[in-house]
Amino acid sequence: MTCSRRQFLKDTATTTLAAALPVSTMVFLTPGELKAAVEDKKTRWTFLVDTNKCVGCGMCVKACKLENEIPYDSPVTRTWVERYVITKDGEAHIDSPLGGRDGFIDDKIRDEVIDPKDITKAFFVPKLCNQCENAPCVQVCPVGATYQTEDGVVLIDRDWCIGCGYCIMACPYGVRFFHPVTKTADKCNFCYHRTSKGLEPACVQACAFDARKIGNLKDPDDPVAKTIATKRVAVLKDEYGTKPHVFYLGLDENVR
Amino acid sequence: MSPDLVVHGVEWTVKELFVYPNEFIYWSIQIVMYPYMTGLVAGAFVLSSLYHVFDQKGLKEIAQFSLVFSLALLPVAALPLLLHLQQPTRAMGPLLTPHFTSAIAAFGIVFTTYALIVISEIWFVYRKYFVEQVEALKGKTGLSNSVTRLVYQVLTMGAYDIGDKAVAIDKKAAKILAGVGIPVACFLHGYAGFIFGSVKANALWMSPLMPVIFIMSAVVSGIALCMLTYIVIMEWRAFQSRRSASEATKIHGAEKEVIFEAKRYLLGFLVAAISLELLDLIFRGYTAMKSWDILRSVMYGRDFVNIFFLQYTLGNLVPFVLLLLPKLTIKRTVVALILVLFGVFMMRWNVVIGGQAFSLSFSGYMHYHIPVIPHSMETFKEGLFGALTVAAIPFLLFSVINKFVPSLRSR
Repeated sequence: MTCSRRQFLKDTATTTLAAALPVSTMVFLTPGELKAAVEDKKTRWTFLVDTNKCVGCGMCVKACKLENEIPYDSPVTRTWVERYVITKDGEAHIDSPLGGRDGFIDDKIRDEVIDPKDITKAFFVPKLCNQCENAPCVQVCPVGATYQTEDGVVLIDRDWCIGCGYCIMACPYGVRFFHPVTKTADKCNFCYHRTSKGLEPACVQACAFDARKIGNLKDPDDPVAKTIATKRVAVLKDEYGTKPHVFYLGLDENVR
Repeated sequence: MSPDLVVHGVEWTVKELFVYPNEFIYWSIQIVMYPYMTGLVAGAFVLSSLYHVFDQKGLKEIAQFSLVFSLALLPVAALPLLLHLQQPTRAMGPLLTPHFTSAIAAFGIVFTTYALIVISEIWFVYRKYFVEQVEALKGKTGLSNSVTRLVYQVLTMGAYDIGDKAVAIDKKAAKILAGVGIPVACFLHGYAGFIFGSVKANALWMSPLMPVIFIMSAVVSGIALCMLTYIVIMEWRAFQSRRSASEATKIHGAEKEVIFEAKRYLLGFLVAAISLELLDLIFRGYTAMKSWDILRSVMYGRDFVNIFFLQYTLGNLVPFVLLLLPKLTIKRTVVALILVLFGVFMMRWNVVIGGQAFSLSFSGYMHYHIPVIPHSMETFKEGLFGALTVAAIPFLLFSVINKFVPSLRSR
């Protein structure tokens, strides 16, 4: 049998195409996707912050730093509390020294003394990772070291992170940082090591005022899910389309 | 705090007003160098392709040089990324386990494709020369001769046919590669722009124009650097020959025709780059989205000198006028080229550092204090000397490569 080079190439191309077409109709699933497709997800961790209840004691920040081994005196932190003081001229004076770790015991905001008579309102806002449904940090990680679990929490694989900082840049909430010891990206994960064992996150446990709660959005009987369903809640920076899953009660328009 | 507990970014970031606790200047000077060096690579290649593909005869001499120079610049485009990684030993991660929703994941693929094109094109352009060298060194004694011959033998890769037909095929291959290389070079750099332009969290970076602006300014800087290096090398050789050699071996310096031809392309791309940048600026001001208040305070306030004086006036307007005024001399061209290169560098700086000059809270600012005297590996890498190292390496590489692949007319 003779076969010219041209003919051989032609046949090869035809065979490849013929073989590729049926394969292309198939969808390849990752094990996670397969599991999600077969059984309905039962858990979607979500967080509820009641800013009306927060007194800015900083216990949550302390507990978080200790629980998650974030060097205590370093300025980076997985959760923090912001203080807002709004004055009569409409200006918002905001601060969060050391993430509010030691509580807000000083009247001064960055060495500025604000006359109490000028204050129209003041409040505290705890912040943490929003475990976004459409997380930009997961999207931009070049190696997939940041990923979302089935129950909605975004985790980081410290053994895989290359430390490029793209995820830090991509997060509109500024919750990410480089861990000073592991030199990898780091952030709040709702204390995944605790929640997966049925425990509460360290900050929730440490909060004496019930300002922080964790719950399961998929469970209609869950108190947090009920509050989110029935009360007027808000999320931070929804204009970025990230679908954040930390909900706030009593969120003021001044909150950044 | 012990030194190993230093938080990345703390040493060179100064915060003002309200900034989130975890915000620092995470992307510092090396990330300024990354698009700058990539831009130079892409620009140098585009300049060489103008001759190879579009037959711009006036560019022949500088085209050869630009091609080889773009090879020298190539490894240095990736070096800043390596230097800025917190886990440099995992640098191959994006190549081996790419996560394709990330813009960075494509870097390895785009970069490798481009590198292969540049190397193959150089091989086709110089294959005849390699074979000639192998022949010329035949029978010559001495260690250096035999080593050089061995290098050239390896470089020929066993293809010794330098008949007319074979050389014609070489030329055609080089032309095709140069043609394919243009979009790939633009992609390589446009994609660097995409890395920034797609960060929706950053009000300054987020713009679909970013990749195009990056490409235009890349070509500007690439042409400028090639012209400048070409002039400096040729003038230096002319100067040396005037000093030492006899009348017969005297050589000319840079060819004015070559310079003026390249200058025309430089000006064209410069106009395109500035127009796009101004369009971006005007659009932001006109639409005045939520972020505009803080952007305006950064652009017209804190970074005013950097943006409007150093970048637009000194880096764009002044060289533009210098190059357009009649009776252009080589000296005036050199001054203009240095300013152009400086202007493009400032553009990168104002994008990368300027993009981190304000807090995500829109309520505070961050200042970048570049570490000058290093006191640790980190302050070296992400400081002035780290950047200077990156900037110097292409010239060292070029001097080595040029020994085997001479890209400038010899004496």
